[in-house]
Amino acid sequence: MIKGNFIDNLPKVYGIYTGGFIGFIILMAIGEQMGMSAKAIGICFVGFTIFIYAAIGWLSRTAQASNYYVAGRTVPTVFNGMATAADWMSGASFVAMAGGIYFKGYGYMALLVGWTGGYVLVASLLAPYLRKFGCYTVPDFIGTRYGGNAARLMAVIVLTVASFTYVTAQINATGTIAAVALDIPFQYAVYVGLVSILLCSMLGGMRGVTWTQVAQYIVLIIAYLLPVFWISNNIGAGFFPHLMLADEVARIGELEQQFGFVKNSAADLATVPKGLAGITQAHSEVNATPWAFISLALAMMMGTASLPHVMMRYFTTPSVKAARKSVGWSVFFIFLLYSSAPMLATLSKLALIDPNLPTGIIGKSIAEVQAIDWYQNWNQANLMFVSDFNGNGTVELNEFFMGGKAVVLATPEIAGLPYVISGLVAAGGLAAAMSTADGLILAIANAISHDVYYKMVDPKAETAKRLVVARVLLVIIGFAGATIAAMEIQGILGSVIWAFDFAMSGLFWPLVLGVWWKRANKEGAVAGMFLGLVSGFAYLIWVRSGGSGFLGITQLTFGIFGSTVSLVAMVVVSLMTSAPNAATQKMVDDSRVPAGASVIGGQK
Amino acid sequence: MAKNAQHWEKTRGLLFVTLAIWAVFSMGIFLFGAEMNEVTGPFGYPLTYWFTCQGSLAIFVILIFWFAGRQEKIDEEFGFSEKGDD
Repeated sequence: MIKGNFIDNLPKVYGIYTGGFIGFIILMAIGEQMGMSAKAIGICFVGFTIFIYAAIGWLSRTAQASNYYVAGRTVPTVFNGMATAADWMSGASFVAMAGGIYFKGYGYMALLVGWTGGYVLVASLLAPYLRKFGCYTVPDFIGTRYGGNAARLMAVIVLTVASFTYVTAQINATGTIAAVALDIPFQYAVYVGLVSILLCSMLGGMRGVTWTQVAQYIVLIIAYLLPVFWISNNIGAGFFPHLMLADEVARIGELEQQFGFVKNSAADLATVPKGLAGITQAHSEVNATPWAFISLALAMMMGTASLPHVMMRYFTTPSVKAARKSVGWSVFFIFLLYSSAPMLATLSKLALIDPNLPTGIIGKSIAEVQAIDWYQNWNQANLMFVSDFNGNGTVELNEFFMGGKAVVLATPEIAGLPYVISGLVAAGGLAAAMSTADGLILAIANAISHDVYYKMVDPKAETAKRLVVARVLLVIIGFAGATIAAMEIQGILGSVIWAFDFAMSGLFWPLVLGVWWKRANKEGAVAGMFLGLVSGFAYLIWVRSGGSGFLGITQLTFGIFGSTVSLVAMVVVSLMTSAPNAATQKMVDDSRVPAGASVIGGQK
Repeated sequence: MAKNAQHWEKTRGLLFVTLAIWAVFSMGIFLFGAEMNEVTGPFGYPLTYWFTCQGSLAIFVILIFWFAGRQEKIDEEFGFSEKGDD
């Protein structure tokens, strides 16, 4: 059926795959009609998709270093865009983002702006130049550009701190979904998730991860968009929600006015299960100061440009030109999901609070709400709660509480969609968490195997030996991440945002100045990375332990402080020490010209 | 070498324009978030709300493709573009 080169056949291969997946959804829907249990459908969705990813991982196995580290630099722009979007959109984006918008409104939406705007920096400041360098990893660029093991090692440390903070949250999310869908305890589900993650990346490295991420993107985008469109139609909000929800947004504003935001007493709130929240912020009003919004967006944008697992995706394109365009495709594919999250939040909120809709629960009697099937299910899952604080017998806006995840997980059921959609959503969340975890674990393992082991410890190592080391590290890091995830320390989103701040504190300026400022030297870069990371970390600890902070920089935006220290340190130390040698300066000149061989020789 | 210097000057010029547009739609407009939200934006959404949901995001997508196209033109002008169509 398929002849010739794999790359040339990509549209066909993934076309068939998408068709097959839609066929599978229809099959499950028929199964549901014929009496298949919800649990069986959940297991089928999770099992089937993991099986497909593992098969792709197996087919992508390789014994070549360039395939393992940069997928042979053959990934076409559009497909790299999809892979990057999957790499980028984590379990948190998928499961928690709509919930964040639902509860926090405008102040939270700085994340949407930040997590897309950052790609403008990636495209214009970094990706094409790093691609021209021809490095395998981000520390490889730092090490080559500045020279010396100190700079390389420092970059590996920053990368590891940032990526590891991020990866535990992803493994945690994978475990959470696997636990629910397969109905096994979380402590075991975490390791089931980990094994699935490793199946994608271990044999094929970057090549395996690339082709599974494309497959995962297709699953996650279908799983996100299909319910949004369906719900919108079901509650009569319009067949194309993105263009048609203005009336619904206005209606929510009206209802907010009508109900009012009544503040609950501390004693009442103490009875609400942990992790659940009520609606206390206006849906579409501006509820944050300009600086609160802008500083959060800025931190996320600079963090995006500094996260190695994203940057290394642009090392896989065939050319510098392709790397630039590929960034555009990445944001396009991310946009498809991000622009839908606020729509889902709007639909979910309206469905729940509008007394004119059959699903609305505000104004109904407590007993009536407590008798609803979906309320009982989600109450049992600890994601929904009502309580009659004022004793008038009916549910008020301030007496209804929900978990952030419920917006994505429960809305389909509330709006009366069949269970097959819930199975699909579980598969989508799993795809989102797995694809990000794979990218992160690979970024850490590759940095240690390539930059620490091969470049510093044993530069004469054979390819076969290097790849064994790379794979062993992959497994060790995966298990370390899973072990910490099993301890459940931070909520999913808290640690995700910290990862951005760590990355920007240590890496943003050394990367940017490495390309754009020829005078930047090794001493400056080492000082910048070290002082940036340490000062950012110190600020976080200070604010976490009750410090007041300054300039409105919070524990979510501490990277603004860290990166400023990093910039100052890097410029001052660079100017105080001697300029980089002629060979380094020529290297920078070469990286600025797209044509010609890559700057690092021998690493195709 | 003069050719390289000219190429870099143009590249830098494009960078500044790109970053200026980026700064306006990622940060600048949100200085006036409260005032702007009084205005009705595209599809009837409050304007600031629309920018955070769709507007700024879509502008970034377009901006990056525009930037990539302009940079390719600059590279071609100086004969620095790569062979083959990606």
